Amino acid sequence: MNLGGHAAKSLSMPSTSVSWKSGDGVSDQFPVGLRVLLVDDDPTCLMILEKMLRNCLYEVTKCNRAEIALSLLRENRNGFDIVISDVHMPDMDGFKLLEHIGLEMDLPVIMMSADDSKNVVMKGVTHGACDYLIKPVRIEALKNIWQHVVRKKKHEWKDFEQSGSMEDGESQAKPSEDVEYSSSANEGNWRNSKRRKDGEDEVEERDDTSALKKPRVVWSVELHQQFVAAVNQLGIDKAVPKKILELMNVPGLTRENVASHLQKYRLYLRRLSGVSQHQNGLNNSFMGPPEATFGSISSLNGLDLQALAATGQLPAQSLATLQAASLGRSTSKSGMSMPLVDQRNLFSFETPKLRFGEGHQQQLSNNSKQMNLFHGIPTTLEPKQLANLHQSAQSFRGMNMQVNAHGSQSSSLLAHMAQPESRTQMGNETNGSQISRLSSTMAQPILTSGISTGVLARNGTVDRVRGAVYNPVSQVTSMVDFSVNQNTDLSGNSFCLGNNPGVSSLSSKGVLQEEVNSKMKGSSGFLPSYDIFNELHQQKSQDWELQNVGLTFDASQHANTQGSLDVPPSVLVHQGFSSGQKSGQNRNTYLGNTMFSAGEESGHRNAPNIGQQLNALLADNSLRGVKTELLPDVSCENALFP
Amino acid sequence: MEVVQLQTRFVEYTASLFREGYLDAQFTQLQQLQDESNPDFVVEVVSLFFEDSERLLNDLTRALNQQSVDFKKVDANVHQLKGSSSSIGAQRIKNACITFRNFCDEQNIEASLRCLQQVKQEYSLVKNKLDTLFRLEQQIVAAGGSIPVME
Repeated sequence: MNLGGHAAKSLSMPSTSVSWKSGDGVSDQFPVGLRVLLVDDDPTCLMILEKMLRNCLYEVTKCNRAEIALSLLRENRNGFDIVISDVHMPDMDGFKLLEHIGLEMDLPVIMMSADDSKNVVMKGVTHGACDYLIKPVRIEALKNIWQHVVRKKKHEWKDFEQSGSMEDGESQAKPSEDVEYSSSANEGNWRNSKRRKDGEDEVEERDDTSALKKPRVVWSVELHQQFVAAVNQLGIDKAVPKKILELMNVPGLTRENVASHLQKYRLYLRRLSGVSQHQNGLNNSFMGPPEATFGSISSLNGLDLQALAATGQLPAQSLATLQAASLGRSTSKSGMSMPLVDQRNLFSFETPKLRFGEGHQQQLSNNSKQMNLFHGIPTTLEPKQLANLHQSAQSFRGMNMQVNAHGSQSSSLLAHMAQPESRTQMGNETNGSQISRLSSTMAQPILTSGISTGVLARNGTVDRVRGAVYNPVSQVTSMVDFSVNQNTDLSGNSFCLGNNPGVSSLSSKGVLQEEVNSKMKGSSGFLPSYDIFNELHQQKSQDWELQNVGLTFDASQHANTQGSLDVPPSVLVHQGFSSGQKSGQNRNTYLGNTMFSAGEESGHRNAPNIGQQLNALLADNSLRGVKTELLPDVSCENALFP
Repeated sequence: MEVVQLQTRFVEYTASLFREGYLDAQFTQLQQLQDESNPDFVVEVVSLFFEDSERLLNDLTRALNQQSVDFKKVDANVHQLKGSSSSIGAQRIKNACITFRNFCDEQNIEASLRCLQQVKQEYSLVKNKLDTLFRLEQQIVAAGGSIPVME
């Protein structure tokens, strides 16, 4: 593949370099002149390695302290191609350095040590090192390190494509979301699968985004902070590269750059929170996630969040979410998802404290499902429908629908929610006010980007409140966490909620709801939606189309989103939320999306499926008709929220 | 003639060092790295190693003679010595370090002190051997000859 830039980089490749310029792509990377940064506190090793690398015709810069290495890298972002670092260093642990580099500069890092014990090598793997060399290092081992540079670029390129395409097409969004959420190990698979599904859409997207040559972006501290701020604003779950890029508004920065960085950031946050890599670690995330996240949430209402975020303890996204939540921005906004979800529940989320910790996880997962439901229901749902949903949901109990139902009904609640009560615990119905608070706070995130978070929260609350309701608290926390970790589930969920736009549309549309319900299960409410969604999943392919048709929830959001009820949480989030932010209208669309995500039920991850399911759902039912309705009702949200 | 004699001695001596385990294949790597642009590479690296090792050995001696021994620090130092000795091919030092680390894990002060002694001994031995080798090299060069490349 065409690694692009490097070919252009003329490291003054001598003719000896192999097919460098053959344009072949990967293998043509410039081995010669590769700029290596060598970090080792052992002067003997440093000297030997430097000589070896020089003999490989690489350009070597050596330093014996990690701090120096970092500052060198920061000063000259594009000055190095690869970093080789020792594990045991007095001033900074090699793995810490590895993380910093991965996050800030996204360079391949090779670890080395005289220690060959399995757990240390494993640590290297989990921290993202692209290789691990055992000392004494032989020159043969160093000769091939250029492969890591090439490989990384290749992956980043792919990432871009993926993320780029995602935004365009709902289906595409899914994959990228997955990518972001899942551990890097899954990325490859995910991408492939995604490709199969979405195929076409990606292509276009890819073309413009996946430049043949990817210029290396140096993620300076300021740039990273801008990035983090953007992500927080969007909400970790809903942070799509495209939106982030737009928010950051940095000339010359491409979506691919952002996508790749986002991926790293997510891994980083995940690691911080100590959550297991896989998405199913929701529980972990909620509970486990670093205390900071949770604690901060509870205490903050966004105020602290910022501080936390600043300190890096609180994932930026979480912070954003929390802040939003605490700020209690217009409930209506949050209502988007909230209405569906159950605004009350939302509030409960507010207690970020970790409801999750309490075992919300399940709830969360439930929520996510629920959320999906709502989302799935999408836009066409009118407020009344929401109410209907509620009813049906209530019966189901775990359904988010309840939440949503409330949401719609409680659009006023949302208004209440605006009150800053933030810590409301899961709220039962009585907690509605709390919910409102939550929602308001949540709303913020939700609306803008926090929808996902809101959603999450909602989910949490829903569980609590209704049993089915998400655990608001957990949600919040989860949201926070999600942003950090995988929470694919959450993301999925959040999408639902977050999509508010979608949500509102749901409520407003109402129609959809019914149809959805019937669709979903043929029974009442959303509960069944889970099933439905599942079914939808299966249907995927067709659904997609349907989705698009009907869902046009939010035309504004993204063309993709609309159609693509893909809902896959990721998708929804991106689409619905991101666009939602832009326009309230989009919210409706989100709803649709959320519904889909709800469909995931089981697997949060199903996001991609959800979308499809949703589509299927939409398609099957008269949703189509509904869909159309939905579209027009952009202002559904308004309807939802008083 | 003298050169040839010196060169022969050099070759034989080097071979014996390998045979007796003082040096291993990594040392050969160092020798192969030496070229016109760095004609004294091996000597430089080995000198660096000696300096660094003496510092480490002093730190180790100090650390093990504390009232309460900080084994983490001891282990870290031994680890580093192991790394650098293996990098230049000083096999016996490396092996002594491995044994040393095992006793550090056990937090066995007595055994650790004994190991430290062992490491110091190995260090002295290999230092002498290499000094002899380098002297031979200098003599060869002084006599106008070139240093044989070991395979």
